[in-house]
Amino acid sequence: MGAQRLVYGLYNDEEILLEAVKSANDKHIEIYDVYTPFPVHGLDPLLGLAESRLHIAGFVYGLLGTLTAFLGMSWIFTKDWPIIFGGKPYWAVPSFIPITFELTVLFASIGMVVTFYIINGLGPGVENNYLDDRITDDKFCIAFDSNDISNSDAESFFRSTGASEVHEKDL
Amino acid sequence: MSSYVSPIREPLITGSKSYHDITEDLVSPTEKVPSASWVIGFVLAISSLAVGLFCIAWTIWHGIGTWNLNRTIGWGWDITNFVWWIGIGHAGTLISAILLLFRQKWRTGVNRAAEAMTIFAVICAALFPGIHVGRAWVVFYFFPYPNTRGPLWPNFNSPLLWDLFAISTYFTVSLLFWYTGLVPDFATVRDRAKGFRKKIYNFLSFGWTGAAKHWQRWEYLSLVLAGVATPLVLSVHTIVSFDFATSVIPGWHTTIFPPYFVAGAIFSGFAMVLTLMIVTRKILNLQDYITIAHIESMNKVILATGTIVGVAYLTELFIAWYSGYVYEQFAFFNRALGPYWWSYFGMMACNVITPQFFWFRKIRRSIFWTFLLSIVVNIGMWFERFVIIATTLARDYLPSSWSYYSPSWVEMGIYLGTFGLFFTFYLLFTRVAPVVAIAEVKSILKSSGDQYSGKAEPGHHHAHVTEDPNFKSYLNKSSFDYARDDKGNLSYSQSSQLSTPSSQGVSDESSGMTTATSVASSSANVTSTDDLKKIEGIGPKIAGALNAAGIMTFVQLSQTSTERLQEILDTSEGNFKGNNPESWAVQSELAAKGNWDELKDLQDRLDGGKFA
Repeated sequence: MGAQRLVYGLYNDEEILLEAVKSANDKHIEIYDVYTPFPVHGLDPLLGLAESRLHIAGFVYGLLGTLTAFLGMSWIFTKDWPIIFGGKPYWAVPSFIPITFELTVLFASIGMVVTFYIINGLGPGVENNYLDDRITDDKFCIAFDSNDISNSDAESFFRSTGASEVHEKDL
Repeated sequence: MSSYVSPIREPLITGSKSYHDITEDLVSPTEKVPSASWVIGFVLAISSLAVGLFCIAWTIWHGIGTWNLNRTIGWGWDITNFVWWIGIGHAGTLISAILLLFRQKWRTGVNRAAEAMTIFAVICAALFPGIHVGRAWVVFYFFPYPNTRGPLWPNFNSPLLWDLFAISTYFTVSLLFWYTGLVPDFATVRDRAKGFRKKIYNFLSFGWTGAAKHWQRWEYLSLVLAGVATPLVLSVHTIVSFDFATSVIPGWHTTIFPPYFVAGAIFSGFAMVLTLMIVTRKILNLQDYITIAHIESMNKVILATGTIVGVAYLTELFIAWYSGYVYEQFAFFNRALGPYWWSYFGMMACNVITPQFFWFRKIRRSIFWTFLLSIVVNIGMWFERFVIIATTLARDYLPSSWSYYSPSWVEMGIYLGTFGLFFTFYLLFTRVAPVVAIAEVKSILKSSGDQYSGKAEPGHHHAHVTEDPNFKSYLNKSSFDYARDDKGNLSYSQSSQLSTPSSQGVSDESSGMTTATSVASSSANVTSTDDLKKIEGIGPKIAGALNAAGIMTFVQLSQTSTERLQEILDTSEGNFKGNNPESWAVQSELAAKGNWDELKDLQDRLDGGKFA
């Protein structure tokens, strides 16, 4: 993204933040991003965030696990090395169920978690620039790109919507 | 208020915490020098771990012959301990997964520690099959991988192999779930830390920024992980029970085992969570976050699952008799009246009888009794596994090979070692990570914090629920806030606009780039607390008295009767004899609707808040 200059306002409460986001929408000011200490319900539709498709990815990973386990065991016990256990048929489907289930869950979970970190650009050792240390504590932040709005407009917006502080920073 | 505050449910966060208080309280244990009790506990844990490691080394060096297992009794303390620990390891994921799906808010106070406990308990459990197989160095043969021996594959039809898959999956998923929850909290610790500590937490927090899209995905991930982890929790102990139930040993091959083992696992898991949390909340001063309400909720789960376990025991006995199958009948006769009668007695007393005390609210809400009974349950569940395993094996089909078993010092040492391992990890966890999930607790503050439910000071609030002056205003709000939230159709009280500072001065700093606007001090709680001083006749002192009585907003004030207001004034400290609350309801109704002009007109006609 390169260096980006952001103007941001800090709010003390998530409900003032939601009102401020609404007001920005009304005034057609483009919001760069919103940062909060915890997930704020009702924010996503205001920001126009599409529903996450992570669960679809999870389903695909799970299906992959199901097929890996079931087809793997079937191949091993009918083609690769057929063995009779306790007089049961080679292809003993009911006894494949527990492992098939476990691998479905395992693949879905690992796949989803890895996908989550990759698409968010997060991971061990990732260094991100943070706007403000208090965003993980008790401040709710709305950031504008400096290219989209003049400093004075941003300031008056933040002031009129009840922000407690207004700052600028290069990201 | 966008969050629905239940008039009936107890607050889950006490002490009128602000968001910053929550951060402060939950992060500070990781920032302080460890207390003396922590150091003593850690030394004890490490010493026990050392004993355990020595005994494991002894076992591997000399072989399983150092245990007192014999030809008849092939599973003793090893598998008993394995099942016991894995059972304990069921509470964490249950709390984080099943209770998340059921939207139980009290889970946020205990989920983090319970999940940590799960992970450590599963490590302790997995140790036993690992060394019990004898040649621990080739234990990887269990895993199916293309090998040079054929390739020779493990037997996928065997419950013992299912168990390996179940436990490996359970451990992995629990770890991922736990860590994903920890990432935002590690970011909170990071942003307060300095120097080297900051570097460590920067690494641990994966670069978390708190961006809206990240939170959205984080919630999705938690929800879907909960969705897949819920059947997983149930499957793991089901499969553990298959280790027994698919055999042809009388007393083991019963179809009741899977549900009965799962209930028993939840039962013992919650008991261990309580044992740990009662100590943890005391030492780390977390009484405001892990409240009596949390403890009572968990005791209810213990009561429910303990009763299921009791019914299962009695069903087993009945079916043994009713089946007319002599081997089964003998197995149960032997359990109750054979040489191990004492363990059967211990199991019945600890698991069936004592948990029933939790029918009494007083006992459910007593820290002392809860702690005592949680330990009793842990002991009882250990006896249960011992009864099922060793007692059953001791008297097999052939009386000439009947035997008796008591553990050797090596087996006892290994068991002690698992406690050492468990507590070493747990104590380190309390130093490194926030023991209570910070972000999740903050997200329930508005709906479960005591200052929002008007229960901050219990002494002022004796009214019966339906007579509660706040009750009407609660009813006016939708109880389906979740659904409304997600669709984005939110209704807000006008209060947020009222307190929005409009005339605050802007002080430009020398750089000219940074501008700080100061906000009225009340804005932290702006939407939940209206500025009652706007009502003529109410000053700061009276506003404080009203807040203490649970009246925070204009809506609440407008629905409180004049008699009740007078009562509050009379019972509060301070001399309010000259104040007459007769007009406050009318005034606050206008204020609640935002009719400021009308209110001003009215106030012009009022005399010190009294009708002229």
